[in-house]
Amino acid sequence: MAERGAVREGLRAYGLIAGMWVRSSMTYRTSFLVTVVGNLLLTGLDFVGILLMFSQVDTLGGWTLPEVAFLYGLSVTAFGIADLVLGSMDVLGARMRDGSFDVLLVRPVPVLAQVGADRFALRRLGRITQGLAVLGWALSAVDVEWTAAKVLLVPVMVVSGAVIFGAVFVAGAAFQIVAQDAAEVQNAFTYGGTTLLQYPPTVFGKDLVRGVTFTLPLAFVNWVPAAHVLGRPYPVALPGWTAYVSPLVAAVCCAAAGLAWRAGLRAYQSTGS
Amino acid sequence: MGAGRLYLAVAAGGFRRYATYRLATAAGVFTNTVFGVILVFTYLALWEERPGLGGYDQAQAVTYVWLGQCLFATLAIQGGGAEKELMERIRTGEIAVDLYRPADLQLWWLAGDLGRAAFQLLGRGVVPFLFGALFFPMALPTDVARWAAFTVALLLAGIVSFAIRYLVALSVFWLMDGTGVNQALMIAGIFFSGMVLPLNAFPGAFGEVVRVLPWAAQLQMPADVLMGETSVPGALAFQAGWAVVLLAAGRALQSAATRRVVVQGG
Repeated sequence: MAERGAVREGLRAYGLIAGMWVRSSMTYRTSFLVTVVGNLLLTGLDFVGILLMFSQVDTLGGWTLPEVAFLYGLSVTAFGIADLVLGSMDVLGARMRDGSFDVLLVRPVPVLAQVGADRFALRRLGRITQGLAVLGWALSAVDVEWTAAKVLLVPVMVVSGAVIFGAVFVAGAAFQIVAQDAAEVQNAFTYGGTTLLQYPPTVFGKDLVRGVTFTLPLAFVNWVPAAHVLGRPYPVALPGWTAYVSPLVAAVCCAAAGLAWRAGLRAYQSTGS
Repeated sequence: MGAGRLYLAVAAGGFRRYATYRLATAAGVFTNTVFGVILVFTYLALWEERPGLGGYDQAQAVTYVWLGQCLFATLAIQGGGAEKELMERIRTGEIAVDLYRPADLQLWWLAGDLGRAAFQLLGRGVVPFLFGALFFPMALPTDVARWAAFTVALLLAGIVSFAIRYLVALSVFWLMDGTGVNQALMIAGIFFSGMVLPLNAFPGAFGEVVRVLPWAAQLQMPADVLMGETSVPGALAFQAGWAVVLLAAGRALQSAATRRVVVQGG
């Protein structure tokens, strides 16, 4: 019961802080719009890169452009949501160095909510918009015999994927506390993870694919469920029903990230500055 | 103190400042290596499908990827070098102090940025490159002359990269806020430098255009010099040409901007 109250309190605090940052970014409306468009272009470059590749070939790793776009749209949208909600986690290192992290610890609000909402940036909607646009095109272009289960699986993938990426953000933040700022290591898993998932699993080495299936289960963001939707073999030999376990994987990731976060907070030592 | 020694000292200062952040450097090495691995696999799949794309074989495509990861921070391809501090100084007005120094503004910042680049190359670039050479087939030359030419190409690439970012930074004199131009610099840098795909694999007329832009001097030219895919004098002349044009433009913009500062401060 107390746990549920803490969650509600955390969400409320998150909403308040995020709302404050949104209002502040809306002060300069034109500047805000320009940065949203800039964000859209910047994240769109990845897809332009894929289009450039397909201007030279018909398939990549045996997958066609609409199929790769399907992977891309799922990965970018899921990552975009996680990035919108928790993407400010990488300012954690700076906060620890200048000592302002200590202030967050003494406030009567869950630290995770404060850190997550810190510098909440609505401009990150650019990435989600771009991901959804590519996903929309991919859905209209892929050659799939849609069933009710497959249709339902698409939003489930996006939400579970966002939660899995969110867990990676939180675990990365916990690591930053222990390592005293290593935002770039976190980038390797977050930005690196979404880049990896934009390409078909057939492109990558067997060990790498196994690693992101069983160790860091990013494959459940899109590779496994998308392979089921498209009627392609799974990246590693898994039973058919595993296409539907993404929500379960997401829940396990959350629990693990939560434990890591608590351990990180316990290990925190102020710089004293 | 002679002018040469002054700028050498500034460069050494730039080197040392970045050398302080050891953990950040190690983290950067890790990130560049991870991205290198992901890119190598996608490039190998692409070259599997289209052997000889852009005139490269698979080993050359792999070499190109790791060179890109090596030079990403070195040449500040998406920005984030000396220009960031310069913009901040222009915004706050501290630039006025710099103008009183008995040193040339552009050379001062160039020296500092080259010092930064030298550190990023040694601290952050070499390890991912060696990792790539160890675990993937690469096309590296064995003759010393080629490596010497590559070193010159790298230096020129560093100067062109700085010259572009210097122009962008000076725009803050007029814009007062660097957010927009920084974003444009980032997009152009990543795309036109060939971080997404080698410029010689860009198709058609679009490819022709991107290959003559100054960004081509940053990654594409050093890569082609190293792998013997272009005539060395031609490549170096291309880089030097852009360096001269862009530095001259920076100088013109700088004197226009300084006149403005005096008027504003008077």
